[in-house]
Amino acid sequence: MRCRVARLNWSTSTGWRSPVEAAQRLPHSLAPVNLDFLDFEQPIADLEAKIDELHLVGDDPEINISEEIARLKDKSRALTESIFAKLSAWQIAQLARHPQRPYTNDYIRRILTDFQELHGDRAFHDDPAIVAGVARLQGRPVAVIGHQKGRDTKQKVYRNFGMPKPEGFRKAIRIMELAERFKLPLLTFIDTPGAYPGVGAEERGQSEAIARCLAVMSDLATPVICTVIGEGGSGGALAIGVGDRVLMLQYSIYSVISPEGCASILWKSAEKAEEAAQAMGITADRLAELNLIHEVIEEPLGGAHRDPEAIASVVQSTLVRHLDELGAVPLDTLLESRFARILEQGEFREA
Amino acid sequence: MSWFGKMLPSRIKTQNRSRSVPEGLWEKCRECEAVLYRAELQRNLKVCPKCNFHMRISARDRLDYFLDNEPRTELAAGLEPSDPLKFRDSRKYRDRIIQSQKATGEKDALVAMQGAVRGVPVVACAFEFRFMGGSMGSVVGEKFTRAAQVCLDERVPLVCFSASGGARMQEALFSLMQMAKTAAILERMKRAAVPYVSVMTDPTTGGVSASLAMLGDINVAEPQALIGFAGPRVIQQTVGQTLPEGFQRSEFLLEHGAIDMILDRRELRDGIGEILSKFTGVATRVRTEVETETEPEPEPEPEVAADQ
Repeated sequence: MRCRVARLNWSTSTGWRSPVEAAQRLPHSLAPVNLDFLDFEQPIADLEAKIDELHLVGDDPEINISEEIARLKDKSRALTESIFAKLSAWQIAQLARHPQRPYTNDYIRRILTDFQELHGDRAFHDDPAIVAGVARLQGRPVAVIGHQKGRDTKQKVYRNFGMPKPEGFRKAIRIMELAERFKLPLLTFIDTPGAYPGVGAEERGQSEAIARCLAVMSDLATPVICTVIGEGGSGGALAIGVGDRVLMLQYSIYSVISPEGCASILWKSAEKAEEAAQAMGITADRLAELNLIHEVIEEPLGGAHRDPEAIASVVQSTLVRHLDELGAVPLDTLLESRFARILEQGEFREA
Repeated sequence: MSWFGKMLPSRIKTQNRSRSVPEGLWEKCRECEAVLYRAELQRNLKVCPKCNFHMRISARDRLDYFLDNEPRTELAAGLEPSDPLKFRDSRKYRDRIIQSQKATGEKDALVAMQGAVRGVPVVACAFEFRFMGGSMGSVVGEKFTRAAQVCLDERVPLVCFSASGGARMQEALFSLMQMAKTAAILERMKRAAVPYVSVMTDPTTGGVSASLAMLGDINVAEPQALIGFAGPRVIQQTVGQTLPEGFQRSEFLLEHGAIDMILDRRELRDGIGEILSKFTGVATRVRTEVETETEPEPEPEPEVAADQ
């Protein structure tokens, strides 16, 4: 059953649809869906199913199968390790978009205390695709901004699939400026397919909102740490991604355009998303190699969603470590080195 | 057939002849389909004299129309794209670069020049749309940044003419980072109170619109230019409804408060020169006609202190 459901959903991943459409296509009886395993994890799923079956049999006191279960569990672990040791960029993209992957609010809840959410851009609306507020990280006050996706269909629609509109970015700018004014370090969590491409968003100046986010963050007089926790989709991601440290979770992605979008433009077919993902180098390891991000945060075996507590505590200790480092740097030095780092990004030749 | 009949072209021939416009002499307006004499069109800065349609023009023509004849110095002309990802789709990125370089004569999609407009010193850059859709990769970002740095160092205003589909996919995340880079240097200019005028021309979308193009102290657009974050096709697919008439055109942006003004191409020199003169306190030189070649050069440049 589990496998069937998993296949049902992921078969859609071969042809790109807008998330709205994809959600509409899901039969209501299946939402929330059990999406434990992705396509490429099927061998693991099969083993796990066997283990579950044995557990059921194991209730019978006359048969001792605990040894067999232990053996299968070892096997399952080894299999997971071997599959996860050589994931393709496209497989990592699927993990980054895993429906059970921890979202911004999951991290806020686990690694921060006393979170107080702040709302609205003071001009038009509150955008639920971006959560923002103030909280404490091990006692010290911080400001936090993150994209927020929804878990079930209703939430997905409410959060607009984590795709912010201009008012979301303008709320973010407001919180950034609060952070600067009251000397709170700023933590951002990036997880969006991209900024929302809609009529209203264009009318209200999507471009300008993103551009201003970039400008403000580039010179925001407080330490800024950006963490890509899932999908880093283009300008909508970068809008809250300019900082002193840019970190990425091991199975998150960060790219200028979605693999599907890139494939449909350059290959003239969304089916080539797998190749596009590979060519663009969207994974954390690759981007660290290219010196475009600072650090890769290792995830638990099988991905962050397999052990949300574990990943949250790693993220927390990583953030604390970087904040300590950045806190020791005088503010003007911090701003100069952020600026210098932004300016050195790019590869070109000069005659 | 009589000698007169022979002289009359057959009907088929006539049709053929009217359809094929001789190469180089005539050009058809994309909008009103009027056939225009190319030399006259050039004199009119490639604005259709019949319907006022602003045709796309090359970066060099753009700067040539905009800047005073003297002085002109090209900036960062030696920058060339590299291929950090060894990117390959249906074709190699390397090959696409070479092809675009041959087609346009440019090394990449941005040209930057230091000069003056109506006597006010400026640095001006222009996107070359024919170079891979004016897409912004590392070279564009770097050249823009260097141009802006000259502005900061010499306290000279910056004018940028955008014509771009957005970030260059073949340089993947490097391209995305150019958005941050250009925004960062513009923030410096803003803090230093060095004026920046952004002129959006057809088309300005994606990563370019969501960074350097929208960050002008003054945002200007040419008439009827397509300007927006997402392209109309993507929006159409997402919302699944037909888009309103004139959506994402300059006039739409003006109405929604995204730009300060729409300037006809033939008014850009005077309009921007006047704004910059007000901002910098440098007096503009007497109004000059665009075809300055036919006129005697005005007397030597008035002394203009570079840093005010």
